[in-house]
Amino acid sequence: MREKFTTLTSSVVPIKIENIDTDQIIPARFLKATTREGFGDNLFRDWRYDKEGNKRADFVMNSATYGGEILVAGKNFGCGSSREHAAWAIAGAGFRAVVSSFFADIFRNNALNNGLLPVTVSEEMLAEIFSTVESDPKAELKIDLEAQSIEIVGTTHKESFEISQYKKECLKNGYDDVDYLVSIRNEVEQFENK
Amino acid sequence: MNTLFDKIWDAHTVKTIDGGSCVLYIDRQYIHEVTSPQAFAGLKMRGIEVFRPDQVTASPDHNIPTKNQHLPIADKESAAQVATLEQNCQANGITIFPIGSPRNGIIHVIGPQTGLTQPGMTIVCGDSHTSTHGALGCVAFGIGTSEVEMALASQCILQSKPKSMRINVEGKLKEGVTSKDIILYIISQLGTGGGTGHFVEFAGSAIRSLSMEARMTICNMSIEMGARGGMIAPDQTTFDYLKGREFAPQGKEWNKAIERWSKLYSEPDAIFDREVTFRAEDIEPMITYGTNPGMGIAITGSIPTSDGMDQTSKASFAKALGYMGFAEGDKMLGKKIDYVFVGSCTNGRIEDLRAFTHFVKGRKKADNVTAWIVPGSKEVERMAIEEGLKDILAEAGFELREPGCSACLAMNEDKIPAGKYCVATSNRNFEGRQGPESRTLLAGPLVAAAAAVTGVITDPRELM
Repeated sequence: MREKFTTLTSSVVPIKIENIDTDQIIPARFLKATTREGFGDNLFRDWRYDKEGNKRADFVMNSATYGGEILVAGKNFGCGSSREHAAWAIAGAGFRAVVSSFFADIFRNNALNNGLLPVTVSEEMLAEIFSTVESDPKAELKIDLEAQSIEIVGTTHKESFEISQYKKECLKNGYDDVDYLVSIRNEVEQFENK
Repeated sequence: MNTLFDKIWDAHTVKTIDGGSCVLYIDRQYIHEVTSPQAFAGLKMRGIEVFRPDQVTASPDHNIPTKNQHLPIADKESAAQVATLEQNCQANGITIFPIGSPRNGIIHVIGPQTGLTQPGMTIVCGDSHTSTHGALGCVAFGIGTSEVEMALASQCILQSKPKSMRINVEGKLKEGVTSKDIILYIISQLGTGGGTGHFVEFAGSAIRSLSMEARMTICNMSIEMGARGGMIAPDQTTFDYLKGREFAPQGKEWNKAIERWSKLYSEPDAIFDREVTFRAEDIEPMITYGTNPGMGIAITGSIPTSDGMDQTSKASFAKALGYMGFAEGDKMLGKKIDYVFVGSCTNGRIEDLRAFTHFVKGRKKADNVTAWIVPGSKEVERMAIEEGLKDILAEAGFELREPGCSACLAMNEDKIPAGKYCVATSNRNFEGRQGPESRTLLAGPLVAAAAAVTGVITDPRELM
């Protein structure tokens, strides 16, 4: 069973780029492992490191200014390949939530299946978060899963977000879908015989 | 009232649970070496066996070399991943088409080719291009590894039902325009997130007029506009394509199947959450200039300017052009290229190889171009040899390689070097997709052929 998700208050790592695809999150050449571990080291590999493996100073994850358990990114985050390795890499690098104004479908499911919470906010809220952390890199977001709310701590900027009730229960309790589906195998069998 | 999508989805819903999540029954699951090992490991950890191994088919494709497939795979990690797939299939009684065997190939090429993919089915695979199979009138979509594990464990996955969307392409296509151009055009109009949350049905007279394989190219790239999947109602073209294929129904079963499949269409009064119509005559041969598949233009066009974009979009646009080494307003025609890649689940089928080969016949590969022609399957390779395509290609200076995903995502040795330009018939032009710092220009097989023989971006119609 994985860690349960209740509330999360943290500073953020902002990446102000739209359409970040899963090839950027974890390039294909790092998909050769047969376990789920170790992908965090190669998160945003080609933005984070140069060809020689040195850290690129201009990438936000390498800056001493920004840090935290929440990743904030431009719209259409996670488009492209279905590779769940993208969610494993983000979670493996220590993030517990990703905030964007729009997520690709498969990435959203993959994140939820790994206890990584995708939080969809309005364009206005996203712009507000970016500008707040630009002027104060230590600014924090508070995400409350039960209340389905997200706020910029110490401000009046607060929004609610959508999540399926089933997925919410899974996250709160650390369950996953396989447990559930195996428990209804007899119903599946009846369906097959219809 | 029902759409084609509704008919299939609803018939496969075992039940609906809290908040609208559907337990969706899966008729067929395809697996490959990259996204399945962790799913099998998960099952093992839980101590459960594969529920319906007969409904699962495996083919290694992503990692495999496209030369000397009779030799052991040199890359140790790739070899280990392929070996893990073989062991997992053997341990669980799953059919696998191993490297070099007559049925091996890119999973999305061999599904339809062997007749395993059939109208009315639900199909999943841990690969976003699973939408390819929708061309035969099924609900097929890509899933993550956790969902691969779900399907192996229960032959079901939990999904909320996507919204419905219909994209009509009406009218007659211009000469020199392929189905790749249609889908690149659609994505350029709707954007990479334009279909997100929706399952798309492609319809209209231009779509109807396409061959089965051309339809696959369209559905294949549904994901590149964010759609959950794409599909086309089965018709006589579909039935003619499937008839006699190895795993297609035979004899009396075939007649019963046709009866069933003939009911698979959207009712005339079906209501879609979204509907868009394009005119076929507006579509020109297309090429991409940026770092996502939505950044495409007519080959005769110029790269757009960022005027009117908001600040974040402007920055993303500038980053993309900077990566590609292009400037706003640039003409695409005449730009020098270094590589041509023909292949992938998008355009690696026999019709694609025929189109490319007929174009280069009697011409010569440009000296500045390195070309990789990679069939989508062993069967496509066999046909290409039998039809004489391989010889014609050789005559023109092109080598036919062995099948696999190859330079589409460069998990094997087929990597485009840093800074080089590649005209590719594959599906993604993301940064580094074809190798670190590689620059991809997506196009159809005719545009690829014109570039291959001239060494620069060329309108294929000029040479036809």
